[in-house]
Amino acid sequence: MKNLVILGAGTAGTMMANHLVSKLPKKEWQISIVDQYKTHYYQPGFLFLPFDTYTEKQVKKEGKKFIPKGVKYIQKKIEKIVAEENKVKLEDESLDYDILIIATGSKIAPDETEGLLGPLWRKDIFDFYTFEGALALRNKLREWEGGKLVVHLTEMPIKCPVAPLEFTFLADSYFRKKGMREKVEITYVTPLSGAFTKPTCTKALNYLLEEKGIKIETDFAIMEVDNDKKEIVDYAEKTIPFDLLVTVPTNMGDEVIERSGLGDDLNFVPTHKHSLQSKEHENIFVIGDATDVPASKAGSVAHFQAETLTDNIILYSKGYNLKEEFDGHANCFIETGNNKALLIDFNYDNEPVHGTFPFAKIGPLKLLKESVLNHWGKLAFRWIYWNMLLKGIAIPFVSRNMSFKGKKFDIKAERQHV
Amino acid sequence: MDMNIAGIRLDVTEDGYLTDLSQWNKEIAVEIAKKEGIELTDKHWEVINWIQEQVKNDVALSVRGIKKSGVIDIKQFYELFPGGPLKVSTKIAGVPKPKSCI
Repeated sequence: MKNLVILGAGTAGTMMANHLVSKLPKKEWQISIVDQYKTHYYQPGFLFLPFDTYTEKQVKKEGKKFIPKGVKYIQKKIEKIVAEENKVKLEDESLDYDILIIATGSKIAPDETEGLLGPLWRKDIFDFYTFEGALALRNKLREWEGGKLVVHLTEMPIKCPVAPLEFTFLADSYFRKKGMREKVEITYVTPLSGAFTKPTCTKALNYLLEEKGIKIETDFAIMEVDNDKKEIVDYAEKTIPFDLLVTVPTNMGDEVIERSGLGDDLNFVPTHKHSLQSKEHENIFVIGDATDVPASKAGSVAHFQAETLTDNIILYSKGYNLKEEFDGHANCFIETGNNKALLIDFNYDNEPVHGTFPFAKIGPLKLLKESVLNHWGKLAFRWIYWNMLLKGIAIPFVSRNMSFKGKKFDIKAERQHV
Repeated sequence: MDMNIAGIRLDVTEDGYLTDLSQWNKEIAVEIAKKEGIELTDKHWEVINWIQEQVKNDVALSVRGIKKSGVIDIKQFYELFPGGPLKVSTKIAGVPKPKSCI
C-alpha cells in the first residue's frame, strides 16, 4: 500500500481529497488528510460579516462533512515535514508518504508590523481576514459613530488581493444605508501605485472611487502603527491619522513550512508555476495559498489548480511526465457596493478585460463591468462553494485554463456606467 | 504602445513600463531615470540588478524583500528612488511594477 498525504483541509486540501479519492486505485493507495482544526470557514464570507450581510453560521461548517469516505481524516497538529525521509511528524505520531500535497494555506501575521498588536488592536484596529477579526469588526461597526476610517493593506502578496477594495466599497454603501455617510471619511491606503494597478482596470474602474468619495493614498509602505497618536507611519515618514483602522496585515504561509525549512521568507513553498510540483522535492506538490506561484491567492485559483494537480498526481504515480498546464487562471466576483459587483477573469499573462462570461456574446455575466447579476453571482457562490467546489465538482462551462472566447482584448476600455 | 528612449523604439505599457526586459539596456535605464529626476549611482545599479534578478526568478517584489535583500535598507531605498521607490525603481529596471489583480 502506498501513501498519499494531504496537509491542510482548507479549500485546496479538501478539493484534492475529493478529486483523488475516485481517481487513485483504492487497493494501491491510502489517502490521508491532516488538519488540526475542526471548523471549515467560507473565507470569502469574512468580507460580508462586518456589514451584517452574512451571519456567523453562514460562513462556518464542520470540516469533517466535506472529507469523503475512504480518506483518513487526522485531526492533529503538524509538527514538521521531514522531506529527506518522506515523513510528516504529527504531535504524537509520524506518517510516511510516497506523495505529499502541501495545502497549508496562508494567514495574517500582524506581528510583522510594529505597533499593530498594540493597545488599539481589536479596539480601534481590526482585520477581517480571520473569523474573529471580522466578527469583532462587525460589533465595532454596529456602534461606531463615525470619523476617519482608514482601510489599509500592508504588503503583497495577500489572499484575495481585491478584498480590501471591496471592503472599502461595501463600507461606503453600509454607511450610506445607515444615513451616516457624511460622518465618515474613508481613505484607502495601498503600498501599490494605485487602487487599480492595471491600465484597463484603472480606466474602467477609477470612477468608482470618485463616485463614492473615497480618498486614496498610494505607495505607502507601512513602518509602524502609532497607537498614541492613532496614525500609521510609513518609511518616508508620511503619516495618516485614523479613528478606525481596518488593515490587511502581512500574509504568510504556515509556520510548519518554516519549521520544515521548505519556504521562502514569507513561508511560501517554491513551486513550479505550471505543474505545481515543489521545486526541491519531486514527490511534494503544493496547491492554493501555500505556493509561491505568481497567481492570486484565491479559492477560484485553488479550484483550477486542483484539476491540473489531480491529473499530475495520477501521471506522477504512474511514472509519466507531468502536464505543464496551469496558467494562473483566476475568476473572481468583486463587490462594488449598492448590490452590484464586477466579474474578472484573468491568468498569469492576460489582464482582466471586458466581455461576457462564460458564453461569448451571451454572457449572462459581464466582465469588468458593474451589474446586479454579478452581485447575485457572488452571493450564489457561497452555495456553490459548499455544495460543488469543495466536493471537486467542476463548475459547468468554466474551464481550468482561461478561455479567450467572448473577451474583448483589442478594444480600449472606456469609463463604464450601468 | 511604443516609445522612443535613448534613440530606440521600445514596447511600453501606457504608464511607461517596458513590456520586454530583453529590450532593456543601461542607456535606456539612464534615460528613464533622468525623466524621474534621478541620476544613477553605483548604489542605484546594485538595486536595479537585484530587482531584475528577482523578476527573472518570479519572486514578487515588495518593500520587505528590499529589507531582506542585503543590498540596501528601506530608508536608503526611499532616498535613492523618491516618491514611490518600488514604482520608480522597477520602471528604471525595465520590469513590471508590482501589481494587484485589477
